[in-house]
Order: sequence, then structure tokens, then C-alpha cells
Amino acid sequence: MAVRIRLQRLFPQLLLTGVLGFLIIVLSLSSEYFLSWDNFRNILDQSSVHILLALGMTFVIASGGIDLSVGNVAAFSGVVMAVAMKADLGVFSAILLGYLAAFSFGLVNGLVVSYVKVNPFITTLASMSIARGLALILTGGVSIYGFSASFKFWGTGSIGPINPPILFSFILVIVGIFLMGYTLWGKYSLALGGNGEALRRAGVNVNLYRTSVYCFSALCAATAGLVMTARLNSAAPLAGATYEMDAIAAVILGGASMKGGRASILGTFIACLTLGVLRNGLTMMTVPTYYQQLFTGMIILVAIVISELRSKEE
Amino acid sequence: MSSVQPFLQVRGIAKRYSNIEALKAIDLDLYTGEVLAIVGDNGAGKSTIIKILSGAITPDSGEIIIAGRKYSKLKPKTALDAGISTVYQDLALIDTMDSASNIFLGREHRKHFFCLDDKRMQQEALDLLQQLGIYIPSLYSTVACLSGGQRQGVAVARAIHQGGRLLIFDEPTAAMGLKETATVLRLIRGLAEEGFGVIVVSHNMEQVFKISDRICIMRQGEVVDCVKTSEVNPQDVVAMITGAIDLEDFSIYRSKN
Ligand SMILES: Nc1ncnc2c1ncn2[C@@H]1O[C@H](COP(=O)(O)OP(=O)(O)OP(=O)(O)O)[C@@H](O)[C@H]1O
Ligand SMILES: [Mg+2]
Repeated sequence: MAVRIRLQRLFPQLLLTGVLGFLIIVLSLSSEYFLSWDNFRNILDQSSVHILLALGMTFVIASGGIDLSVGNVAAFSGVVMAVAMKADLGVFSAILLGYLAAFSFGLVNGLVVSYVKVNPFITTLASMSIARGLALILTGGVSIYGFSASFKFWGTGSIGPINPPILFSFILVIVGIFLMGYTLWGKYSLALGGNGEALRRAGVNVNLYRTSVYCFSALCAATAGLVMTARLNSAAPLAGATYEMDAIAAVILGGASMKGGRASILGTFIACLTLGVLRNGLTMMTVPTYYQQLFTGMIILVAIVISELRSKEE
Repeated sequence: MSSVQPFLQVRGIAKRYSNIEALKAIDLDLYTGEVLAIVGDNGAGKSTIIKILSGAITPDSGEIIIAGRKYSKLKPKTALDAGISTVYQDLALIDTMDSASNIFLGREHRKHFFCLDDKRMQQEALDLLQQLGIYIPSLYSTVACLSGGQRQGVAVARAIHQGGRLLIFDEPTAAMGLKETATVLRLIRGLAEEGFGVIVVSHNMEQVFKISDRICIMRQGEVVDCVKTSEVNPQDVVAMITGAIDLEDFSIYRSKN
């Protein structure tokens, strides 16, 4: 009984793993290069920013919210790091400032959504615009580039066979699985989305938990900002725009319900890999990036429709 | 009974929703060891007073005295800590979670600081449900998959597990079958016998007369009267609910008998 229910609940993730397997087989048949470690590392590297953003987003969507600001907050925190370094602050302080900048966005998002009870869609849409505006103001609209090697390390350095972005995303996946499955914080994130009022009546400070979920998402965005900026050796004010869409797509593909209450870190991770492999394959088959955008949009739509149908069935 | 201090005293509690006076400065007492039934038509304000007692909503005015301590605004946490556990009319279950998670909601067992002790909670939930005679087909399935009566069973189990001194049941058996209803009624009676205070909201007169010691009748946001169950009969109570008998008439009627 328990096993059957577990399997039923894992259905979206199993389906997704099937799709990933299928993609891998097709792509490895069409190109020998595909199955090489270099390419695999490349896929992981390319997916790392998406993974970082999507993991934070998983908790937000689990709690019945949404965070549209992640892409622009990532770019903004990268810009803050860049500006700080250009002002001769040390690498460490610059990174810290970038995290603080992102965190304040998470805090504002969370406080407004929890205490003022503004719809999270509207709230984070506004803060997305604010983050973008601030990034443009700080940079004057042009990218800041050229950083020290100790900063670039966080994007391009290597740690054994992998690099810091891949390491970050792996660590966060493991931390995410632990938080979601084994801690009160993860449980309450899901409970907020399942029935926040019931959680409140059970004596839990729901505003505090809800706020912390948005803060967590912002910290993930800051990590993505660090990786993006260090990797490109440049902080572009509009670097992360539309990344929130990829993150939301991955979370929903990974089996989360848009209504909240149901979400899976592992599912999100597999979804990010699947999207990464798909992008990699499309590039290998020289499909122009505009079409890739089109594909991603269509995948999101299909995933949301499936998720919607599934929750109706329940 | 009147010589002892009531466990719960409600004094002048009023609540207004934009254009409806849901409660008009009501008073209410509850002693431990008794079952108090609250009856009244739909919209009389029964659930509203109960949500105020459990801290789910805040009243506009008035105060609540629990075990001698005055509260003007109860929060869910303060109410729980003061010993009030509630089965809400809407059950307040998290549909996406399993029975054990719902039963332990807000009071989860932990180990090593951070980790949830799921095994222990599952086991204790199983034991509790068994002990209460509430049958749930699978502890692993989400409560969304349970029947209406089974869901009420989970909500009842949670309130019992919270272990307050006053248990409030807002129509706890509305969706239950005969056997399950009997189990819960026996449970409620048993709780009172063990010294808990119990408030039950019900539309079922037969039930009310079977389990309650006192009955408070509510009509349009007011407590019309509180009577000893042994001193009235169901027809009188129904008449008072609908307003067919006025207070004065009833006092005359009572003095005549
Ligand atoms: N959230 C709300 N907003 C506006 N009005 C409300 C709200 N909750 C309750 N009311 C109103 O307050 C009044 C009392 O409602 P309450 O739920 O206490 O009734 P009740 O006695 O429990 O009825 P029932 O037997 O149907 O459960 C009703 O007129 C209802 O319409
Ligand atoms: Mg009611």
C-alpha cells in the first residue's frame, strides 16, 4: 500500500526521468560527442544557474507563491558585487554585499506577501522591475567587466573534474532535498501551500515562515548572480531577465503543483537536467536560439496543463 | 457546580463582519467536566464564537477569561497553550499531507534538532487512531483521499492529541456514519467524565440531548438562553432556536412546570 502510494506520488518524476533517458539515447545516437564527459560537464555547467534559481523557486511554489524577481535579482546582486569590486572592496566583501542586496529583495518580497497580503505575483513583478531598474542605474546601462582571478574562480575555476557552479548546484540540491524532506521548514513550506490557514490555526507563525521562503529564494538568486558574473567576467544589468520563466518551468515539470502544497527538489533537479540536455541537443542540431525560446515556452504550457489536470483528478 | 469557578468565561464578546453583526456582546461560561452544547440555526454565530475561542479570529470587543486569566485577543498559539483544542467546522486539515502530519501539525516531533521524527509520528498517530477507534485505511495517503467522515476523524484525533483542558467540536459528526458518530459521541462523553471541558456545536437534537449537560441556544448573534439539558425537552429547544418561544414565555413555562 505504502509503496504504491509512493510510486503514484513519484509519477511526474518517473515520467520526467523517462523523457530524459529518451533524450539521452536519441542524442547519443545522433552524435558521438554527446556522451563525452566534456559535453556532460558542459550541460551541468550550463544548467547550474537554472538549477540554483529553480531550487529557491521550488520552495516558493511549494508555499503557494511565486517569485518572478529571481532572474533580475540575480543580475542585480551580480552588479552589486561588480560595483563593490570596482570600488576596491575585497572579493569577499563584494560577494557578501551582493548577497545582502539580494536578501533585502527577498525580505521585502516576503514581508509584503505575508504581512500586507499582496498577491505574490504582483509583489514580485514589482520587485523584478525595481531590481532591473536599480541594476541599470548602478551600471548606467553598460556592463561592468574585468575582475580579479580570485573572483573569476567562482565561475570558471575547476575543482577536480567539476567547477564551482556545478559544485554549488550539487550542494544546493542536497541541502534542498534535506530541507524539503526532513525538516520542519520544508514541511511548513509545503503546508503553507496546502492550507496556510490550517497551519496558522495550528499555532504556527505563518508570516515568518512565508517570509523566510522568499528570503531563501533570494539567496539562491544571489548564488546564481555570483556564478553568472564570475563566469562571464562581466556583470550585465539585464543578464538574468527571463530566467524566472525557466525556473518556473523546471519546478512545474518536476511535479510541483502551481497551487502549492506539492513540490519535489529531485523533480526540479531532473527537470533542469532535462531542459539542459534539450538545449544542448537543440544547439548541437544547430536549431537557432529563438526557436529554443519557443520550445521552452511550449514546454511550460504543456507542463502547467498536465499539472492542472493532475490536481483536478485528485 | 455553580460554586466552582468556570474554566472558561466569555464576557461581552462581539464580532462584526462589514454588514453583519455575527455576535452581539455574548456571555458564556464553561466548567470542566461538563459537555456544553451550542445550538442555533445556520448563521446564528456558533462557528464565529468558536473561532474566537480558538484564536482563529479576533473579536471586536469583549474578553475571554481562561482559568482565571484574562485575554482580550487570543492568538491560535495562546489559545492552544491555554488548553483550548478545536475541531473546526471546516476541519482545517492540510489536504496535501497525510494523517500523521495533520495530527501533529504545529507540534511535530524532532530529533537531532533539525530532523523530523517521521517514524515516531507515524507510530504515535497509528496508536492514537486505534485507541480512539477511528479507522483510517492508509496512514500514508493524503487526507484529500479520505472520505468526509474519515477526515473528521483525523481532525478529532488532532484535537485530542493537542491535549487541552477544553475541547471544542464544531459539528464533529456531520459527515460521519452511524458507527463513527457513536464512537465520537462516546469519546466526547468520556472526555467530560475524565474532567475535560467540552463544547459541542450540533444541529442534531437527539445527539445534543444524549451527550450534553447544558445547552446554550443562539439566535442571530445572541445567546438567547442557557439551560440544563435535564430541565428541557427537544421541542422547547427547537422552539427557542426558531424564536417560537420567547425568553419571557419560556421562564413562565419553566416556573409553571
Ligand atoms: N468571513 C466572514 N465574512 C463575512 N461574514 C461572515 C464570515 N464568517 C461568518 N460570517 C457571517 O456571520 C454570521 C455567523 O456565521 P457562523 O459561521 O458563526 O454561523 P453558524 O452559527 O456557525 O452557522 P452554521 O450552522 O451554518 O454553521 C453569518 O451570518 C455569516 O454569514
Ligand atoms: Mg458553523
